[in-house]
Amino acid sequence: WKAIKYTEYPNDDLCLCPESVDSASAPVFPPTFSVSEIKNKQRRHLMFMRLKQEKRRLSLKKKRRKEREALGDEAPPKPVPKTIENQRVYDETTVDPEDEEVAFDEGTDEFSAYFNRLTNPKVLITTSDRPRGRTVRFCQQLATIIPDSHVYYRRGLALKRIIPQCIARGFTYLIVINEDRKVPNGLVLCHLPDGPTAHFKVSSVRLRKEMKRRGKDPTKHTPEVILNNFTTRLGHSIGRMFAALFPHDPEFVGRQVATFHNQRDFIFFRFHRYIFKNEKRVGIQELGPRFTLKLRSLQKGTFDSKFGEYEWVHKRHEMDTSRRKFHL
Amino acid sequence: MQHDDVIWDIIGNKQFCSFKVKTKTQNFCRNEYNITGLCTRSACPLANSQYATVREEKGQCYLYMKVIERAAFPARMWEKVKLSKNYEKALEQIDENLIYWPRFIRHKCKQRFTKITQYLIRIRKLTLKRRRKIVPLSRKVERREKRREEKALIAAQLDNAIEKELLERLKQGTYGDIYNFPVHAFDKALENQEEESETDSENEAEDDEDVGKKEFVAEDDVEESDLSDFEDMDKLKGSSDEEESSEDEDESEEEMEMEQTETQRKSKGKAPLKGPVRRKRAYVEIEYEQEREPTPKARGT
Repeated sequence: WKAIKYTEYPNDDLCLCPESVDSASAPVFPPTFSVSEIKNKQRRHLMFMRLKQEKRRLSLKKKRRKEREALGDEAPPKPVPKTIENQRVYDETTVDPEDEEVAFDEGTDEFSAYFNRLTNPKVLITTSDRPRGRTVRFCQQLATIIPDSHVYYRRGLALKRIIPQCIARGFTYLIVINEDRKVPNGLVLCHLPDGPTAHFKVSSVRLRKEMKRRGKDPTKHTPEVILNNFTTRLGHSIGRMFAALFPHDPEFVGRQVATFHNQRDFIFFRFHRYIFKNEKRVGIQELGPRFTLKLRSLQKGTFDSKFGEYEWVHKRHEMDTSRRKFHL
Repeated sequence: MQHDDVIWDIIGNKQFCSFKVKTKTQNFCRNEYNITGLCTRSACPLANSQYATVREEKGQCYLYMKVIERAAFPARMWEKVKLSKNYEKALEQIDENLIYWPRFIRHKCKQRFTKITQYLIRIRKLTLKRRRKIVPLSRKVERREKRREEKALIAAQLDNAIEKELLERLKQGTYGDIYNFPVHAFDKALENQEEESETDSENEAEDDEDVGKKEFVAEDDVEESDLSDFEDMDKLKGSSDEEESSEDEDESEEEMEMEQTETQRKSKGKAPLKGPVRRKRAYVEIEYEQEREPTPKARGT
């Protein structure tokens, strides 16, 4: 119904399809076309109303601008548009950068060994039983991204039996990718010498060949890590979990960066290669797979679904009631 | 009175039996006391006044028997005998209880009992192994989360955030001396000045000559930030050589711009692997020949 009638205009300009669409998504008509020329009454009425609205809006804007200028310096500051991030319910566990208690906790928790550079990460990636092609490829791509990682296929082995073997062989991390209907949909990240276990829901997985305008394959250089927006205590611990996946010293020669960006409790993972064009501009090109994670539960010890002690569990009826409340 | 044949005639063949399940090839009987599960003359519990079955309840097998003497007392019709957990002993028990009974029923009871014990063993084995926990997904919740994820993605503005973070890291000096961008204030000021003059000269040039002229702008010019990134990435090392090659084109507009940017680039100093690689605009390397008056040869004596 957006087609424009070609009527005869005094000047022979061909009226093209709307080039720019207004915010009210009205097609732009050539200037000689007035609303009253539409034969259909309903549509004419509609367009007329829209026109009136536009005019009213513009006049209101103008009036407001004039008032602002008239007031000059005494004008009240421009109201900031409300976003969900602005309106977020203040979480009392938000970490203050100078908080000593937090600093102390982080100095003595399970990751302190890593952050004090005592251990190097060694990651074991596995899946649930009988993984399908997509999951397998996802595992392989993850293995190329995370340095010093190994993919092993699980053929019916119980996790509880795998974990002591992993610890014996010096692994620091265990990643289990759960699959449902041929698509990866869950991730269990377990820090091994009895560290916390995090269970995530995985969504929107894009493998490397589905990415648009991607570059060549990632090299073996250690990437840098960017962790954005992990503000609360819980967010902090999850952030440290992610950071401990990668070795300490990133090789800047490789110019690769892995980003974990938390927005409204969704953690977006991206893997890029960057290049500094000058001081003010950097270009990034996405390589590597991308996926989104949502934390479902955090357990204190290693993976133990029956007797584990849960530090945090996502309870839908309690935690999803407010749209402005986030936990990470 | 119990007329088995009449009953069978009615329910088996001609009229309705509520326990009967008809399929294309076979008829099944849904009666819980049926011994084989099929709807046949010898296996129908309604059409046989002397009948026996084996059923299990919570892992325990029982032998049920029905005789014609108790046909009038439905509450007491079925006699229940608990079978031993030992397989052989239970078979003996069945034999003992069903002595003098028709061969068919005895045989089928034992068969059924065997099957039941087999599946009980399997159940016990499976409970020891780990099992997949099947969690139901609520469609509404999934839809809601998907939408929220999309909105969060838009709000996140990932590319900008990553770029900002990287630039901040560069400023803070985490990269050390790899990149040769001089962060000195003087150089920054110089840059700003050069940028200004560059834009000024561009504006002037444009005002004079772009009126009424059709210019075909290459794609590169418009989407420099996107496309140029990717082309730059892959070709880094050979870049410096290419830049030095000269091309001859007659466009005087590009003169001043070229000079400015050339000097700009030289002042920055080329980082070995980085640095702006390829210019997207058609550019001119112009060699200036200056005619000098031939110096008079000094002929000295």
